[in-house]
Amino acid sequence: MKKNILRRVLQSIPLLWFISVVSFALIKLAPGDPVNSFVTPNMSAEDVERIRHSLGLDQPVIMQYFIWLKNVLQGNFGYSLTNHRPVLELILERLPATIGLMGSALFLSLIIAIPLSIIAASRKNKLLDRGIGMISYIGISIPSFWFGIMLIYIFAVKLHWLPSMGMRTIGVDSFWDIVKHGILPCAVLTFINVSMYSRYIRSQAISQLEEDYVQIQYAYGATKRSVLWRHVLKNVLLPIITILGMSFADLIAGAFITETVFSWPGMGSLGISSVFGLDYPVIMGITMFSSFMLVIGNLVADILYSVVDPRIKTMR
Amino acid sequence: MNRMRWRNVKAQFKEQKTGIIALIILTIFIIGAVFAFLSPYDPNKLVPTDRLLPPSATHWFGTDDYGRDYFARALYGGRVSLSVGFLAMAIAVVVGTAVGAISGYFGGFIDNLLMRMVDVLMSIPSFFLMLILNAYLKPSIPTIIIIIGLLSWMSIARIVRAETLSVKEREYVMYARVSGQSTLRIITKHIVPSILPTIIVSASINIASAILMESSLSFLGLGVQQPNSSWGSMLNNAQGFIGEAPYMAIFPGLFILLTVLSFNFLGDVFRVAFEPKVNRR
Repeated sequence: MKKNILRRVLQSIPLLWFISVVSFALIKLAPGDPVNSFVTPNMSAEDVERIRHSLGLDQPVIMQYFIWLKNVLQGNFGYSLTNHRPVLELILERLPATIGLMGSALFLSLIIAIPLSIIAASRKNKLLDRGIGMISYIGISIPSFWFGIMLIYIFAVKLHWLPSMGMRTIGVDSFWDIVKHGILPCAVLTFINVSMYSRYIRSQAISQLEEDYVQIQYAYGATKRSVLWRHVLKNVLLPIITILGMSFADLIAGAFITETVFSWPGMGSLGISSVFGLDYPVIMGITMFSSFMLVIGNLVADILYSVVDPRIKTMR
Repeated sequence: MNRMRWRNVKAQFKEQKTGIIALIILTIFIIGAVFAFLSPYDPNKLVPTDRLLPPSATHWFGTDDYGRDYFARALYGGRVSLSVGFLAMAIAVVVGTAVGAISGYFGGFIDNLLMRMVDVLMSIPSFFLMLILNAYLKPSIPTIIIIIGLLSWMSIARIVRAETLSVKEREYVMYARVSGQSTLRIITKHIVPSILPTIIVSASINIASAILMESSLSFLGLGVQQPNSSWGSMLNNAQGFIGEAPYMAIFPGLFILLTVLSFNFLGDVFRVAFEPKVNRR
């Protein structure tokens, strides 16, 4: 067991290293000379060279990579080109907004998707199941930004029920205000997640319903309700861990777009604005950070799965 | 792909009405995109006096903020959206199939190397990477196609590899090997044809996600640029007029949704038709 976990952790180290190479390449491939952002018109050529030297840009690329890697490992991701603040600080500052939004969307998605798809599975091919299936098809096909715009149109522009952008009303500092701003972006993410998860959970539940233990329960006189919510539910919860790990990438991509549509001040909108401003250090920092989250999310899902279901270790 | 399988596909279309609806929608959109030039309006002609007209008999979808006929723009936009989706899918399928088949067929070191590469590419949020590359290279339609294609083949490669692993142990592949056929020939003549159903299913799902990605990139302003337009870039423009001209946002978004939905439905029909026992749920 411990050996297994250790092996999985070790396996992800080369992965993280590759990610660092790709991120570094992203800075190096960037158009333009990074020194330019420090140069003012009245500097002499020697000054420019001195800046180049102080930034380590006069060294071979390999050396630059190792210096950069050493800094990153020490938590120094460099400084933003636009406001010269440390990149790590910028990211950490935006992180709570993203985690708050993602976390509540994820929580809501599971709360809705699990019962919904078990009900759908128990009425396989009936009207309700087909209806849920159709809606989930729409959910995986709908452009999230368009869904967001439509919600803004209905609930903010037409009905004036909810604010359309940002996280706080200026001058108001209450939790309820943040919740009100969060409802629409959270609804977009939740709808898309529920659609994705429910298709998967439904097919898991259907295969559980075909298992022998279900027949045995019925033979003992158990009601459909107790079979579904006592036994099938438990067995369906397990594979959900895996889809959570798998859907992590989509969650992050969703954050970039949804945060931008609603001007939610999180990591995603920071990422988009850094791309527009060609702010390489921030771009690199966000790439590294979100890739790390992805790798670690998958790792945790894998480990959790083998902890919950000990049969896994004999299979690998 | 033998006759038996095509018969299954036909039967499945009869059974799943959504599949037929999907085919009809896609046919209409493709015809609209191909014959866009028949529209009486020039999609790029500015008519300042006709700004933001709501949908009417003369302008079916109204006009945009420059007085351009929105129906004509939607037809030409569909041309860009559909062809970007299709070509990006073609690149992804070719690369994914090649990598997957080579990886599965040779195994060992090559397999390890290629699959670790897939792992790395899959662990970087590819949408963000697309944004960055689009910002670096001046965004144009060919670069968007290449970028989307080259960053979305990984899941196809994984599926193809898994299928190749099982196919390469079959007797006919062994026979081909023993009879001295070249490796390239074995892969192209024996392995790829026998996993073609899987590839077709992945392709129809891939084209759906390629169209979604293009529209997201264009919506953010890092995809298709003026004077060209796609459904995504039309939405980018429409966002600013949501209060006064909501139809500008409704139409292109609805088209993206219907197209992506149709390709997903088609993928489902193919999936059930090719593996009726496993997938009929």
